[in-house]
This record gives sequence, C-alpha cells and structure tokens, in this order.
Amino acid sequence: MSTVESEATTQNGHVGRSLRRKEDPRLITGQGIYVDDIQLPGMLHAAIVRSPEAHATITSIDVSAALARDDVRAVMTGEDLAEDLEAPLAMLWAPPGTEIKAPEHWPIARGKVGYVGQALAIVIGDDRYGVVDAAEEVIVELEPLPVVVDVEKALEDEIVVHEEIGTNKAFEWSLPGGDVDAGFEEADVVVERRIVNHRISGSPIEPRGTVADYRAGELTLWTSTQIPHIVRLVLSMQTGMPEDKIRIVTPEVGGGFGAKLQQYHEETTLAVCAKKLGRPIKWVETRSEHMTTSHHGRDQVDYVKIGAKRDGTITAIHSKIIQDLGAYHMLLTPLIPALGSFVMSGCYKIPNVRTDIVGVFTNKMSTDAIRGAGRPEATHMIETIVDALAVELGMDPLELRRKNFIPKEDFPAEIPIGIVYDSGDYEGSLDKLLGMIDLDGFRSEQAELRERGIYRGVGFSTYVEICGLAPSRAVGPSGLGIQGGFWESAIVRVHPSGSATVYTGASPHGQGHETGFAQIVADRIGIDPQQVDIVHGDTGAGPMGMGTYGSRSLAVGGVSAAQAAEKVADKARRIVAHQLEAAPEDIELAEGSFRVKGSPDQGMTLAEVAGAAYVPENLPDGMEPGLEETNFYDPENFVWPFGAHACFVEVDVETGKVQVYRYVAVDDCGPAINPMMIEGQVHGGIAHSIGQALYEQVVYDDDGQLATGNFVTYALPTANEIPEFETDRTETPSPTNELGVKGVGEAGTIAATPAIVGAVVDALRPLGIDFLNMPLTPMRVWQSIQEAQERGEGPRATEQGRDLPAEARDSAGSGPTIPPGQEPGPAHGGGAA
Amino acid sequence: MNPEVPVRVSVNGEAFERRVEPRLLLVHFLRETLGLTGTHVGCDSSNCGACTVQLDGEAVKSCTILTVQADGSEVRTVEGLASNGDLHPMQEAFWANHGLQCGYCTPGMIMAGVDLIEENPDPSDEEIRRALEGNLCRCTGYHNIVKAVRDAAAKTREGVTA
Repeated sequence: MSTVESEATTQNGHVGRSLRRKEDPRLITGQGIYVDDIQLPGMLHAAIVRSPEAHATITSIDVSAALARDDVRAVMTGEDLAEDLEAPLAMLWAPPGTEIKAPEHWPIARGKVGYVGQALAIVIGDDRYGVVDAAEEVIVELEPLPVVVDVEKALEDEIVVHEEIGTNKAFEWSLPGGDVDAGFEEADVVVERRIVNHRISGSPIEPRGTVADYRAGELTLWTSTQIPHIVRLVLSMQTGMPEDKIRIVTPEVGGGFGAKLQQYHEETTLAVCAKKLGRPIKWVETRSEHMTTSHHGRDQVDYVKIGAKRDGTITAIHSKIIQDLGAYHMLLTPLIPALGSFVMSGCYKIPNVRTDIVGVFTNKMSTDAIRGAGRPEATHMIETIVDALAVELGMDPLELRRKNFIPKEDFPAEIPIGIVYDSGDYEGSLDKLLGMIDLDGFRSEQAELRERGIYRGVGFSTYVEICGLAPSRAVGPSGLGIQGGFWESAIVRVHPSGSATVYTGASPHGQGHETGFAQIVADRIGIDPQQVDIVHGDTGAGPMGMGTYGSRSLAVGGVSAAQAAEKVADKARRIVAHQLEAAPEDIELAEGSFRVKGSPDQGMTLAEVAGAAYVPENLPDGMEPGLEETNFYDPENFVWPFGAHACFVEVDVETGKVQVYRYVAVDDCGPAINPMMIEGQVHGGIAHSIGQALYEQVVYDDDGQLATGNFVTYALPTANEIPEFETDRTETPSPTNELGVKGVGEAGTIAATPAIVGAVVDALRPLGIDFLNMPLTPMRVWQSIQEAQERGEGPRATEQGRDLPAEARDSAGSGPTIPPGQEPGPAHGGGAA
Repeated sequence: MNPEVPVRVSVNGEAFERRVEPRLLLVHFLRETLGLTGTHVGCDSSNCGACTVQLDGEAVKSCTILTVQADGSEVRTVEGLASNGDLHPMQEAFWANHGLQCGYCTPGMIMAGVDLIEENPDPSDEEIRRALEGNLCRCTGYHNIVKAVRDAAAKTREGVTA
C-alpha cells in the first residue's frame, strides 16, 4: 500500500510519490462544476421524445399539442432539422481495408427508427419539468416492423435492420498471424468454447449532459465528454460551423468509462437549436436515458479454439468474434472487436493466431467502447480457454501459463500478427502474486471446506493489454490502415512570477491528471506541483488534442507534457548559462535551482529565470522572450501493461450466490508517477469487472424492449458486493517513451473477468461444472448446478471439447451455454431466464 | 404548472422562504432554487445516493423527497460541512485516503459517511459497507471510501477524547 504524502517541496523527485490530489479540495466541498451545474441567463431546457418501438417506420409526428403550451418555445423533428445539417452522425474509425456497410444515422430519426430510445423529436421550453410534460404530448404514430435482437439470428438475415442495406452483416475483418490450420494440424489436443460476452452499460454516476450557447456567431458547448476536440471537429462537419467558431468545454466530468467517448446526437441537436432559437439550451440525460441511449459495450458471441502439444506447448489459437453492433455505427463501433484482436494471443508465445470478426446489426442501441473496449473480451477468451486446455491436458493451469509465457529476454517481442510488445516480465508478476496468496494453504483449506459443503474456488488471470492509443505511423493509413493515430499535445507556460500552467489535450474524468501531470512537469522545471496548474477540456484554451480513453493519457499526454517541460528547462538552462557565464551543458536542476555543476551556490530559481525571460534585457543573442513551449507527441509504439490477478470466491450452492471474498492483483504499468492513484485505478477497474462477471447485464426482450432501464434492474455493485483489494506492482519500464510509463486505467477491467469466472468454476468443479458464461447471477449458477446434477456428473468429466461443434459440446457437458435468443435475467431478482 | 406553495426551509443554518411548485424535488430546490450544486443527481430511482443530504439530522435521498415535505425542516448539505475554512473530518479523510476520483458520488458518499459516524462512532468495515449500500460509486471500487470512513471515525473519536 502506498502512503499518502502532502508536504510541499521544490525538490525534484515528486514523480513516484503518492501526493494528495490537487483536484480534491473542490470536489469534497461541493465546489466542482459539472454540466448540470451551469445556469446561463435566458437558458431553456430540452427533453427528447424517444421511440417506444425497436424497429418501425415513422407515420406521423404531431407536435401541435406540445407547441400550444405556454412554456414551450420549439419542438423539432428530424425533418425540421434537415436543412441545418450537412452530415449525419460520424463513424470515424473502423478496421482497415474493409468495406463497411453504414446506414445513415441522423441526430433525430428521419423516416424510420432502429432501436428503442432513438430520438424522434426535441422539445424546448422554459422549465425543466415543463418540457418533460410537453414531450408526453407529442403524438407519434409508428408502423412497427419485425425486430431482430439476437446477433446469431440476425446473421441469418431473415429480418434485416436496414432494408436499404439488405443484410445485417456490416463487415468482416480478419487479423491473421502465422498459419492456424498448420498449427491445429500440429496439435495433440484441441479445445473449443462458445463464449458469450454479454452487453453492459458504462454507467458513470454523472449522466451525460450538454449546454449549448450560440451568440455573436460563436457556439460554446459545455458537454460531459472524454473527447472535447474530436466533438468540435465532428460538430463542425455536421453543422457546417467553422471549427474556430466552436468552443467545447468539459467542466468536471463525473466518470466516463467509455460511455462519454462519443459524439452524441444531443450535442448536435442542441448546437443547431441554440443557433436557431438564439437562446442557450440545457439537456441532461436521465438515468433511464443513459441505459437506453448511451452506447453499450461488449455484446459478442465468441467461438474460440486452441490447440496444443501434449506437453502444453500451444500451437494455435483461432477466434471468431460475432460482434453485435446495435442498429447503427457510432464513433468507433466497428473498431472495438478489432482492438481485442491485437491481444488475442495474450501473454503467450503462440506461433499461429487468427481472429475473424463479423459485425452484425441488430435492433438495439449501438455498442462502442466501454472500459477496456475489445480487450476485456479478448482476455476473457484466452484466459478461459487456457484454463480449459489445462484441464484437458491434466496440467496445472499456472504451469501451462508459465510454459507458454513470452520469456522476459524476448522483449521487445514481435508477435505473429506483426506488432511488437514493448517490454514484459510475465513470470515476475505471477511470482509476486503467488508470493501474496499461499496457494497451497488455500488448496488444503478448499478441500477441507468442501467436506463440509462449503464451496470455495480460486481463479487466475495473467494478462497483457494494448494501451497508449495510438502511434500514427503504426496504425495510420500507411501502417495498419486505420483512419489515423492518436498523438497528444501539451503547452507548458511559465508565468513571470515563476508558477506554471500546463495545457493538455487529454481530458480527464476522475483519473487525477491535474496531480500526476503536475508531478511530472514540476520535476522538470524545478517548482512544487502546487505551483503547476493543469488546464484541460477546453478547446478555446489549448491546442488540438485527442482526449482520454484507451489508458492513453499518461503514456501519450503525460509524455507530451514532459517533453514540453523539457523544452522549457532547456531554454531555462540556456538563459541561466548566459547570465552566469557558464556553458548550458554545465547547468543542472537540483534543489529547486538551475545551478552550475560543482558550484551549488551559483544558480537561479525558475521565478528568476522567468523574470529574465519576460524582461528580456539580457538573453542570449537571437533568443525569443518568454518562457513557454508547445509539444506534439506521437508515440513510436503502443505500450503493453500486464499483470497477474487472483480471485477467491465462495459459492452458496443452495442459492447460487457468489461472493468474491478476496482479490489480489499485481499489475505492471511501468514506473509509477503516483502509486496511490495507480491503486485507485486498479481498484475501480476490478470492481467494474466484478460488476460484469456477477451482476450487470443489459437485457433486451425479443421485441427489442429494454428490460434493464434503470439502477433497479441494472445492478451496479455496491460496497457490499466488492471485497477489500490487495494490490502490488512490478515495474518494467516501456522503451517506447522516456518516462517508461504504460497505462493503468483499464488494467483491472481487462484482467478480472476470467479470474472471477475461473474462481467460480474452480469452486463448482466437484459438482460437474467446468464452464460458465457471465453474468454469474444466482439464478444462472443455481441452474447450472441443477443441470450438472441432472446430467449425473460427479467429479469433472474430462472428455469434452475436442472436435465437437458448439451445440453438441454444450449438451455433452462443457457447461451450460445460452441458446441463441435466450438472454439470462438481470442481476438482482432473476428475470427472463 | 401547478400553483406554487410557500415553504420555509433552513439549509446549512440559513433560513429560506420560497414559493415552489408542489412537485419540486428537494434536490432541485437545493440545486436550482438555492444554487447549492454540490448535491448531485445520478439516477431516477433513488438507487445511487449522489443526492444524499441530512434532513433534520437523518441521511435522506433528496431526489425522493418533495420540497414541501421539507417545510419547516433543517437540511444539511456537503456545502455545510466545513466550518471556518476547516474541512470536516470526513472531507479530510476522503482527501487523505484517495476516497474519490471523478467526485460525482462524493458529496452523497461523504454525507452518508457523516451520518453513519454520528450514529455509530466506531463502525466495523462491514458496518461501513452496509451503511454505504445506498450510495453507488463507479470509480473507486469502494476500497478507499471504506478506508476514508474508517479513518474519519477514528479521527473523530480521537478529537472527542483529546
């Protein structure tokens, strides 16, 4: 555990210390300003009329009753706004070299709807409560069309979501490495699984919200987003307003988790309506709207197959990902499963790897990035199938992992799909984990407890993730072929009195950039982090930037801030050298002073340097005044954090209830900037996965009606369901950047689900269970136990998996798998299963 | 809009008389009528607890109470915790223990924590977790929130005995 520090100092060496967060004083006193806290003079409120049907043509929308109200200023339908929009909502990133079928997706529906909750009209009026009343008075006539919600059924094209496209198959894309057919030929053992990685919601506690204000030819849009600059670019494309006349501000953002890595229709609609009406407008999502129309994540059916020699050497892995896209592409919808394909061989040396992806439309809300975005799905696949392979081989699952780990000395390691893992020590993190848990002790306790009818289990996950999105040359048009990479920008501006402001294109929503970036910059320019203010999330205040997602902020934005600070320090050294008549290379930064090496009493503080820079009477020839530098940093490679997790559960076999009672994690994200904040990210990430593995699921019924539209039916874990965490780290620097840092925002979420499910399977193996699909609700676990008992399985059956089609294998005993079209119930209270 | 009715509510020790729509939720009265935006709204179903305040000394979810029900009552919000510039021990403990990330659930979490230790000055971890069951956090995994409440309880006990 890290110890939190608070003493102020101008020594360098702030990096690596658990300093208290600079963000917190305003947040613990209620002084933070979130979007819904903004009130502007003359501000109107908006409510959205949404489709009650999942698939329908729009016959008519009668707005007259709503418009007749005294407190309503305007009601707009999709047709009403047609003149004001130059382009539909954007899909910016997709797998390379693939023709993608993309339906037109307008901010407010035109002609037809494709999912429940799709916008049909916006009602704008004086009062927050009044517009909700008025929205009820908008009379919509819809002609229902047949609905398809199951992704495998949708692939059959009996019902198509977009008649004009004629098929639900939006694209196919493959990422091959080596020769999987040859790899399976070589294998002595082949294991297959059908894994359903169910649909989840991001559910930050702050719902989305937007305030639009158009005056004097300029639009200011406050919005709860992770990507202010990208929102500006897309809004400009849609509305035709020039980018320089649009300012996007993200005030405090109350969590994102990917759900705010999006450009949403309400932002566009409010921008256009604010311009039309000449009044500021606020719209804030209700929780029900979040569940219905903020994009969802996961929702894949995965067929995964692994082959190995008898000695455990893995020869091939093949996965087929059937990705439920929902009804429309959003910003990155088709790219998400592709992100998983980059880590489909996990931390193992597998010579033959192939991922085949098919993207499929259904009459549901779009899927897109939710914390981890494709990589939790990949990790779940590989860790689950490696566990299954171990059983098949009769090997210890950790021994099997060790046998196939990419060895430490192989890094940087090129993997068969052609990308390079930067650094790793997979044995090291597993060793450290095992040092924390006393596995032998647990195994004997487990055996004893089983005698008394108490079922406990342990599950493991050794993971690697791809972070630091994304090196332009590797992924851009001339590399992998994606529509551009993601660099980051920073300005370090030293003020005349010696304090500094840093502008970053990263856009935090809880991560603590204001503290971490201040630590990085402070060390490089010789002041206290308290004197370094970080400005983010305002397109009017800093250079174009790419925002925060994909665990990228530190490894790309933090490095950019460090490089900008180094440029400032270089200039400071040249000024000091000039003033003290020394050589610039002889000036070192120590104890808060730029001083001459060997003469510690000869030096200047940053404030003194700034004074000299802004009163430029004695600067080196040709040097510009001022002390401010800009940096754009485009990384050379991704970064590859990794680690080893162990989850311990107890299962009540009478009720099916699973309790995680211990969770131990060792993560490696390179050298720590602030260990306390790393722990916080890991805790939250694991909790997110405990939610997915045990409680959370977005459920649609066969008519495409959402059954989980609020926090009663969509069960976020509470403090009661989450254990204390035991965390530790190893530090393997990345050679990709000078800080050596990787990323940790998604690590826990990417790692945890296979460890949790593996623990439950381990607990229930004596009852004949060796495979389970998430979420492990009491009902599903209980039913699985009953089914295993009915099959008459005592101790585990081992002869399954090989060369059987999925359905036959399911019935032959590899555990229950949900038949197509049948969704399990919500977390609390059973439900549709 | 329905005819407005008069209410008198004391918030953080200050008396307010206002005329409000009868269906106005207490949380909107605090946030929009009085401008005390520290109390947040996170759901429609009183599950998330972001709107937790104390009403006559009891923690309540202010999204589930009509302003007219609070007529004649005393309300305490997160803005009323610090005194003379000194943070409340619960605020201090959330800061010291990294008990928050995005800060959105934090005011409600802090109010729930304050309410707990006023009733139970020495709660066990299990009691803390149970007391916070009505407050959802998506960022922290609760670990550091539990630690913060434990720390605030200990500091408060020390403060009382010192």
